[in-house]
This record gives sequence, C-alpha cells and structure tokens, in this order.
Amino acid sequence: MKYLDEYRDATTARQYAQAIARVTTRPWTIMEICGGQTHAIVKFGIDELLPGTLTLVHGPGCPVCVTPVDLIDKAIDIAGRPDTILCSFGDMLRVPGTAKDLLSAKAVGADVRIVYSPVDCLKIARDNPAKQVVFFAVGFETTAPANAMAVYAARQQGIANFSMLVSHVLVPPAMQAILSSPHNQVQGFLAAGHVCAVMGYTEYEPIARRYHTPIVVTGFEPVDILQGVYMCVRQLEEGRAEVENQYSRVVRREGNPQAQKLIHEVFEVSPRVWRGIGEIPNSGYALRPAYADFDAERRFHLTARAAEESSECIAGLVLQGVKKPDQCPAFGTRCTPERPLGAPMVSSEGACAAYYNYRRTAAEPAPLRQSGG
Amino acid sequence: MCLAVPGRIVSIAGDDPLMRMAKVNFGGIVKDVNLAYVPDAKVDDYVIVHVGFALNTIDEAEANQVFEYLKEMGELGELEDAGSSGSTAPR
Repeated sequence: MKYLDEYRDATTARQYAQAIARVTTRPWTIMEICGGQTHAIVKFGIDELLPGTLTLVHGPGCPVCVTPVDLIDKAIDIAGRPDTILCSFGDMLRVPGTAKDLLSAKAVGADVRIVYSPVDCLKIARDNPAKQVVFFAVGFETTAPANAMAVYAARQQGIANFSMLVSHVLVPPAMQAILSSPHNQVQGFLAAGHVCAVMGYTEYEPIARRYHTPIVVTGFEPVDILQGVYMCVRQLEEGRAEVENQYSRVVRREGNPQAQKLIHEVFEVSPRVWRGIGEIPNSGYALRPAYADFDAERRFHLTARAAEESSECIAGLVLQGVKKPDQCPAFGTRCTPERPLGAPMVSSEGACAAYYNYRRTAAEPAPLRQSGG
Repeated sequence: MCLAVPGRIVSIAGDDPLMRMAKVNFGGIVKDVNLAYVPDAKVDDYVIVHVGFALNTIDEAEANQVFEYLKEMGELGELEDAGSSGSTAPR
C-alpha cells in the first residue's frame, strides 16, 4: 500500500540504525508517547537494532490503559440498565473494572456493541428510539474530532436518546507530569504523530524549552520511528532541545484548524485521573456546559464510587516509563492477555501486550534484522 | 487507539460541509470516510483516516523526505547495503 510499504523498507531501516549507532556517544533514554509506536517498536524489533546505550521507554500512550477503573465501572453500570445500549471501541471490552469487564456484562445480557466510529452510534440511536444509546468516549486528541462531531451532529439532528461517557486525555500535560517527577529518566520524547496531526505542535515548544528536552513529532512505521530516534539523539548529542517534525507528510505545525474548532465547540479542558498515575491538572476534555445534556454521567446520575485495582499490577510504573513490562513479577504468568490483571496487558496498544505478543527470543530474530525486505 | 491509515479518495458525495463523505480505498478495501475536517480534499488525494474521519491530506512532496534525509545529513556513504531487495524509492 502506498504510504505504508515504503516506510517498512529494511534497507532504509538499517541505514538509519547505522546512522544512529554512529552519532550515539553516550547513554540516552527516549520515551515514545503513543501505544501505536510502542507496538511498532516491539513488533518490528526496532529496539533491538539500536545501540545498547540507547534505551526506549514506553509512555502512557494508551488511552484505554489510563481510563480510570471507576469510569469502567460506570460504563458497566450503564450497560446493565434496561433499555440501554452501550457502544464502545472494541479495545475497552476486556479491560478489567473493579468486579468485571464490559465483555462479561455483555455475556450476562447487557447490550454492549462495538462500533468503528462514534458517529455510528447516531444511527443506532435513530434505529432504537425507545432506548438510550451511550458511547464510551475514550481517546487522546486524535479521537476528539470524531467524538466532538458525534455530539455536535446529535444536537444538530435532534437525537435526544444519545449521550457520551467521556474519558478524554491530553498528551502534553502527561509529558509535563513525567518530566516533573523525581523518578524521571526521560531525556527526549518521540511525540505522537496523529495527536499532532490534529493539534499541531506549538504546545510542545514551551515544554521542550522549559525542561530542556528534545521532542520529535514522529510517525508510526519502522523507518519513521528510526528517523525520529535519529533526530532525537542528534539533538541530545548536540545539546539542543527543540521540537522537530519527522512526520511532515501528515503533520503541520498548526495542526488541523477545522478539527480544533469543533473540539473547542464541544469540549473544554478539565482535570483527569489517569489510571495508575493519578490526577493530572488540565489533562483531559469534558463536555462544555452547553452540551451537558449529552453527558451520560449526568443523565444516569452516576456518582463517584470506590474502585479497586489489582494489588499486584505495576501498570502505573510501566505507564510512566519507570519499569518495563517484563520487570513485573506477574508478567506472562499470572497476567496474560487472556487473563489480564491490568489494562496494558489487554489493550491492543498496551506496552505489556506488545511485549507478550511480539517480544522475541534469540532464536527468532526481529524481521528488520533479516536480509531483504 | 490513535491508529490512522492512509487511503486514496475514490469519490466524494454530499453538499453538507459537516457530512461531506468520501469513498476511500485502503489497498483494495473501500470504506466511507467523513471529510468534514479536510474541506480542500479532492478525488485522488491521499488522506490519513482515524475512526471514520480524515485527519489530514498527505503531503506528497514531504513524503519523500524520510528517504532523502540521511543523504542530506551526510550519513550515507560507505554504509550502502549491497544486494538489497528493498524498494527505497517511493512509488
């Protein structure tokens, strides 16, 4: 496929890997902030191509993983009510809540449906006028334009039986939380390309300056990620801390103004609790008061309740890049994708799932190490 | 979650700017995509699509920079891999 295959070319990848090895003179730790990048790194064995002194750590770049337990419990509560249809992206269904997950709620009769796009819920709402249709709106800035459009179009089209359980998170405040932490090891960032396709990267410029940390807006294919690492290492070696754009075929500095306009019409910035990390100020979106009648928490009178985590899961440390998934004592034994203790093992973008599914042994080299394409 | 896939616009329908819809071809699979956020997109443009919405058009000129960059940085010299079957040149 055009714009995919060429960015998986093994020769170009090796050239970048060699260039990285040549410019790296000291140990550096770089964090990627998108679960899609985490999966590409582990799946294609990109970390194995890098010099041993270069460490890639995986950030909280998986919205499913950072959705707090009490919101999952609320979604399960909604799904269990009569005459209610709960719609969600498929990733959310097996993420453990306090007592169970959405898939087990579905197994005992709740109407839980997987949708491809949030606007699909509007059709479900039109087709089921006697039922309440709720979308579990999880995501980063990338998904906000689609979620904003679903609410905006529902208002325009007078679809009153639709509402949204919002769990929207924002990348720049999380990066600042990581950089401010006393445990921080991160010296450079690969910023998430598709988040920046929507928002642009002007928000990252003050962060790079304030924390003297290079940030490279990076794409998702192996050659993209290797170029992003190369650009980040060069900055680190040269003592620079700028925002650079590796993913210029998709990302413009100002982002997508049309998308931002509709996001700001529907959502406002709010504090958010990140599962495993805690509350981060100004780190998410909530519906604006003008759209409060589409807020499922209000419509169903949901209040905060005690939510419980597995005591053994170290997802918080993994999400902050302090620990790698395979440093968890439960990894691959008591915690597997079939029986997950924490969200990063079940989400298709979670770091633990990436390690479980793709981590190779010495007898099975990474694809980019093999000759040819 | 932030997975977005490139595809080529095959056709465009609809006058409502909020609901301008396209058929987009992803390597043989054709899906309906909302073009509300890419008002200038036209047939044969490539767009990057996330949960049914085009987030941006792909800049054809910028798409090659990944392959020119190392040359520009003076990093390509003695390290050319011989006998590779890879297709470095984008189509």
